[in-house]
Amino acid sequence: MKARIHITLKKGVLDPQGKAIANALSHLGFGGVEEVRQGKYIEIDLTGNDSAQARAKVDAMCAQLLANTVIENYTVELEA
Amino acid sequence: MKSCVIVFPGSNCDRDVAVALQASSGSAPQMVWHGETELPKCDLIVLPGGFSHGDYLRSGAMAARAPIMRAVVARANAGTPVLGLCNGFQVMTEAGLLPGALMRNAGLKFICRDVFLKVENSNSLFTRLYTQAQVVRIPISHHDGNYFADAATLDRLESTGRVAFRYCTADGVVNAAANPNGSLNNIAGILNEAGNVLGMMPHPERLIAPELGGTDGRPMFDALASLLQNA
Repeated sequence: MKARIHITLKKGVLDPQGKAIANALSHLGFGGVEEVRQGKYIEIDLTGNDSAQARAKVDAMCAQLLANTVIENYTVELEA
Repeated sequence: MKSCVIVFPGSNCDRDVAVALQASSGSAPQMVWHGETELPKCDLIVLPGGFSHGDYLRSGAMAARAPIMRAVVARANAGTPVLGLCNGFQVMTEAGLLPGALMRNAGLKFICRDVFLKVENSNSLFTRLYTQAQVVRIPISHHDGNYFADAATLDRLESTGRVAFRYCTADGVVNAAANPNGSLNNIAGILNEAGNVLGMMPHPERLIAPELGGTDGRPMFDALASLLQNA
């Protein structure tokens, strides 16, 4: 089973890297970019087929290490 | 005074702070490897500066989960003074010893230069040899020193005197121009609720002797040494 985890900055947390990316995009001539927020993407291959168990485990991984919940949100998608 | 310096893979100010502790207290700290699970008896624990685990994932994130950190957190909760400098401060926020988080500098660049700090709380056991509102010159050297906390946490820190240091001008004015990294309220260092844990991004251990370019960092180590000798 594969877990795909997206980690993003919470609303209201400044993202200077996202701002720099937005600037670079406009330097390249891409118009219409309102805002850029950047984050992390993590894939984890897990043993076993129980998706409820896997979700609980990955959730704990995110809370304890993968995300810093002071500043970040995370979402988990599981793929059998 | 017996002190311990925790050494993580990628720590690089561990020896500097050992020199500072030795200079002030007369005794060398015990260096404790991150993979240990028990701490020797000690009166002070230091989490040094550096780039533990290459700053992978987030600065301090891996180190905060190192085996020794359980013991460090337990000692801190039991009242042992713990000082976190630069990466040590990042490790402290990741380990939950201090609130908030240290994010990428607002200007996105690594900054290595002297800054001025205003002593906002001279009553702590770390800062008591400074005077209230004293301006000191201390180097910073970091990429992720942009202090963030939610509004409620910030209010709590401000209303209970837990901001130890703020970035300021040479004249002690706290303003946006003197803020090197975008930290909220120009915060450079904070205390925990009990006052026995201090985390700060600047490096007082780098300015403890005239040969190093200044002595503004020395009073912190003198304060810790004399306090613990009297204990």
